[in-house]
Amino acid sequence: MQILHVEGLTKYFGGLAAVAGVDLQVEKGEILGLIGPNGAGKTTLFNLISGTYAPNAGKIFFDGTKISGMKPNAICRKGLVRTFQSCRVFPEMTVFQNVLLGALFGAPETKTWHQAAAETKEILDFVGLSEFSDTRAGSLTLANQKRVELARALATKPRLLLLDEMMAGLNPTEVGEAMELVTQIREKGITIVMIEHVMKAIMNICNRIIVLHRGQIIAEGTPAEVSTDKTVIEVYLGE
Amino acid sequence: MKIKANYKKYVIPVIAILVLVLLIALPYFAERSDSRYTIVLFKTILMFTILTLSWALFSGPTGYTSLATAAFYGVGLYTAGVLGRVLPLPVMVLCGGLASFLLAVIIGGITLRLRGIYFAIFTLSSVELIKHVLHWYEITIAGGRGRPVVRVPDTTVFYVLLGILVLLIITSYLLKRSKYGLALSSIGSCEEAAAHIGVNVVTLKVFTFALSSFFMGLAGAIMATGMVYIDCFIAFDLNYSFFPTLMAIFGGMGNIVGPIIGAVVFTYLREILITEFPYVYMFIFGTVMILTIIYLPNGLIGLAESIRRKLLGGKHADTTCRRVN
Repeated sequence: MQILHVEGLTKYFGGLAAVAGVDLQVEKGEILGLIGPNGAGKTTLFNLISGTYAPNAGKIFFDGTKISGMKPNAICRKGLVRTFQSCRVFPEMTVFQNVLLGALFGAPETKTWHQAAAETKEILDFVGLSEFSDTRAGSLTLANQKRVELARALATKPRLLLLDEMMAGLNPTEVGEAMELVTQIREKGITIVMIEHVMKAIMNICNRIIVLHRGQIIAEGTPAEVSTDKTVIEVYLGE
Repeated sequence: MKIKANYKKYVIPVIAILVLVLLIALPYFAERSDSRYTIVLFKTILMFTILTLSWALFSGPTGYTSLATAAFYGVGLYTAGVLGRVLPLPVMVLCGGLASFLLAVIIGGITLRLRGIYFAIFTLSSVELIKHVLHWYEITIAGGRGRPVVRVPDTTVFYVLLGILVLLIITSYLLKRSKYGLALSSIGSCEEAAAHIGVNVVTLKVFTFALSSFFMGLAGAIMATGMVYIDCFIAFDLNYSFFPTLMAIFGGMGNIVGPIIGAVVFTYLREILITEFPYVYMFIFGTVMILTIIYLPNGLIGLAESIRRKLLGGKHADTTCRRVN
């Protein structure tokens, strides 16, 4: 079963095609890794799927419905949510308020304040942030801020989660914890697409990897296949 | 501790009700002491308080600095000029608010995709645009500049303004406590993230902008009745855009009390300065504003907070969430 289907997706910035005719399928329940050198178009691809930008060409289908051209808030309420590469929590709000906002506004069905607050508590427990519930989000460590962003995304009850470099800037212990968390999220039945530079994470938890270079997909396969692929090695290490 | 916390909860409502009672009784005392000026002064104070608080209703949490206040206030004034003789007072005032609401939906729809300084400039230009289009219309098509306004006794105007202010305070309070209040702050904090977790940022911004303009329009429609004559240069005076913004900064925008205190102190200060130092009043005013922005970035309320914290000896950590503008 496909949950996301992308065909011929193209986005120009000036004369440069940041994403050039990408075709992509995401299967329900998998963890798909998206890698590639800097400037390959990974984040732009996320921006297109989540509705930040409208594509110049191509179509995006989420669970059979066309979502290209829809606003980010509408896409979120359909069950597709993303996190940001540079962490974007609401710094002057408490951790609880951050996550509560996701539960109040992002979920497909409208909730009362009480229901949303109860769910927020549950999610904070799940990601291990209960003790910071009333702390200002901006005063947390980077690793914990990233957890807040993840919790806020989870509060919108997504079926597909796009994680943009969730592990960048974390120390080895924190990376381990984050990997654990991602696996647990998948076990809840949420499909995940993740952009990542931390190879240890990508190789260990992804079922499938797609390699992007200059806006195009140059390789696709299991972690083992991709890591031995000639083109991929060339792109990363040079000829 | 629990008792103390409970008791604290009632301090502000009790003060508010006391002030309200005093204000209701004010015209009675003013009449007995035969001081018409008192009512006129309080009319001005109430008017600026309404403009400031309604400005802060939208611009406070979202961080969008609107300078279109004069447009909405002016539309209120003109509504009174056009409909004042046709409709009964309450209906006419309501029409002023609705006209401003509609105008704000249009202006907001066009300009709220802009951020920061661009939004400020566009809203400011909208005042000028309306002013000059109206002027052109009056001179070339309608033939004759300005129009007379029906007069209403000062005491009536005072009570209507007081009613509008009470309604505005209740609205601000309910909005702040609702989920939309939280969403508005998230827009001010990071609009992109807000949109991506499901907040319909466009609709929320435009609606709140229009709601705040509704109160500006109400204030304009009732204030016109004390003016005898209005034209577009009186109605769309840019000071009505600048003063509420400055007053809100002066008072502090973190809560509802800040803009109110800012407007009251500022308006009173302005009245004293105009009468006592008519030639240098703008100079003194500017100096006060610059000092406020440098030394009191959170306004008078921020100053009060820090004094209170000092007196308590820092026993309570600062856990309040305040925007840093």
